Amino acid sequence: MKLHEYQAKQVFADAGIPTPDSQLASDVDGVVAAAEEIGYPVAIKAQVQVGGRGKAGGIELVENEDEAREAADSILGMDLKGYHVDRVLVEEAVDFINELYVSVTMDRGAGKPVAMVSTKGGVNIEEVAEETPEAIAREHIDPAFGMHPYQARKAVYDAGVDSELARDVSSVLTTLYQLWDDRDGSDAEINPLMVTSDGEVIAADAVMNIDEDALFRQPELAEMEEEAASGDALEQKADEYDFDYVRLEGNVGIIGNGAGLVMTTLDLVDHYGGEPANFLDVGGGAKAERIANALDMVFSDENVDSVVFNIFGGITRGDEVAKGINEALGQFDEIPKPVVVRLAGTNWEEGMEILNEDLVTVEQTLEDAVQRAVEYADEVEA
Amino acid sequence: MSVLVDDDTRVVVQGITGGEGKFHAGQMIEYGTNVVAGAVPGKGGQEVHGVPVYDTVDEAVEEEDADASVIFVPPAFAGDAIFEALDTDLDLAVAITEGVPTQDMARVNKRLTETDTRLIGPNCPGLITPGEAKLGILPGNIFAEGDVGLVSRSGTLTYQVVDSLTNRGIGQTTAIGIGGDPIIGTDFVDALELFENDPDTKAIVMCGEIGGEDEEEAAAFIDEHVETPVAGFIAGRTAPPGKRMGHAGAIVSGSGTGTAESKINALNDAGVPVGDTPEEVADHIESFL
Repeated sequence: MKLHEYQAKQVFADAGIPTPDSQLASDVDGVVAAAEEIGYPVAIKAQVQVGGRGKAGGIELVENEDEAREAADSILGMDLKGYHVDRVLVEEAVDFINELYVSVTMDRGAGKPVAMVSTKGGVNIEEVAEETPEAIAREHIDPAFGMHPYQARKAVYDAGVDSELARDVSSVLTTLYQLWDDRDGSDAEINPLMVTSDGEVIAADAVMNIDEDALFRQPELAEMEEEAASGDALEQKADEYDFDYVRLEGNVGIIGNGAGLVMTTLDLVDHYGGEPANFLDVGGGAKAERIANALDMVFSDENVDSVVFNIFGGITRGDEVAKGINEALGQFDEIPKPVVVRLAGTNWEEGMEILNEDLVTVEQTLEDAVQRAVEYADEVEA
Repeated sequence: MSVLVDDDTRVVVQGITGGEGKFHAGQMIEYGTNVVAGAVPGKGGQEVHGVPVYDTVDEAVEEEDADASVIFVPPAFAGDAIFEALDTDLDLAVAITEGVPTQDMARVNKRLTETDTRLIGPNCPGLITPGEAKLGILPGNIFAEGDVGLVSRSGTLTYQVVDSLTNRGIGQTTAIGIGGDPIIGTDFVDALELFENDPDTKAIVMCGEIGGEDEEEAAAFIDEHVETPVAGFIAGRTAPPGKRMGHAGAIVSGSGTGTAESKINALNDAGVPVGDTPEEVADHIESFL
């Protein structure tokens, strides 16, 4: 789960990390009122969760009310890389002389957290990592002890941060690790951490991603998730149904159980010349209602021309799946899109007996089922 | 005959009184697994499927001589349950639970460097030595005794590949589902090493997926240390970057690491053929035997 910039900044500020004065606004008058309270110049920043907002026209620096109105008018309501902008952050423009980078993330290869500091802030850090990896100081942290104070200092010195700034930057890094640890962060990042002409540091951007599996013990952040929800309508529907769902570009709808097998089904659609429309994992042990919900999801995607339904039951039972398919399809006078079903594993024979073959096409193997669904999709397109 | 588990393995089920724990303990017993105890705080003295339940894993070890644990404990308490298993000096702990917070697993990971207990999972289907024992939720009826070792990050994909093998009369020594989370106990390299040292394992299937660099590390390990022929499968060739494909660990990062292409190339470079379909994996294995 990704927090919006304004949410992450609030979390950082509450923890004591210096951030610029800012206010959230959702209309032009609100932007002007906020700008006047903060004092010009201000930055107007689209609150959508995509990278490269500045280049895409989602961030403007304005000096006065006229410019503020013009910028607010163009940013609010714009489509930024597929996301509708309905809120902006109006923020004090920071007069900076230098930009640093600090972050904490989980190094999955090492299986432990890592803190990173660089003097090459303000640019895409992945490019820095690629071109000049030595410009990023890394310090692995033992999660049982947390970050020792010396480790924060070491990362800052290793990165070559000016010694007058070392104390303040170490302090920001220490707080950032503490936040990451307390709030079940997956990534916490400040890029850039601006250095002002007065020698102060201030977090000009803020990224805070939270481990979704830990939201049960982060109720405050889980509430923010509601607020942050945006983007694709079908992906929102999938959230309501509690499915693992990813929408893709193609026209063959895919439903299955288990992440690896669903991914494999996508790959097979591609392998046999089709294009997958989605990833939809019903999870383990799905009952009839959940199966019907999954069909509803995929039918609501207007790009979908055919559906392949592949279940290999371990804890999921073939008879439950068959019941769900019958129920979901029984309510239509005419089946909206052809459905190919393949059942294997637990109770697959019982499932086959229940399954109404007037409503679906049945195949015995995964390969055959995928090929049939791709054929159906091709027929619709033709 | 097998790695890690056989019919001598004495199993304690942590969480045996819960819905999942109870159901699968029954399934394990039915398969022939030697389930000797359950461990659930506050439920000591009860019986489930005729198996005595204790309040702690320690008691289950004292009283019933358990040497392996299977963990069906809800995510919020799973980290603690894994620590309990590790601190009791069992030989093996298998964590089935899906959705364990990653930071909990980082702490577990640190403890693993200090103990001899082997952890499988979390978020995994467990492991099975066909005809002897299964520790987890795998459907026993699709497996058969034989000489192929299998290691996989995904549960249902394992079933798919095993089904292809068994239908051709190719059985398995042991199949291990290592789980789809970013931080896990036993990884591909550990499992490959076990199979390489098992004289009865004549070929190995390795099913990976997008995300992380475990498959690349496994490829390097195979190149250096594995004589047994290996065939591979990688799920997620069509996955777009930045989208988590179900498993917490299955994500191609924005910077392009963790792609299927990089994994397939690494395996091919190590002499491991990678099937485009699960049936093709079975074809490769058939050609090895």
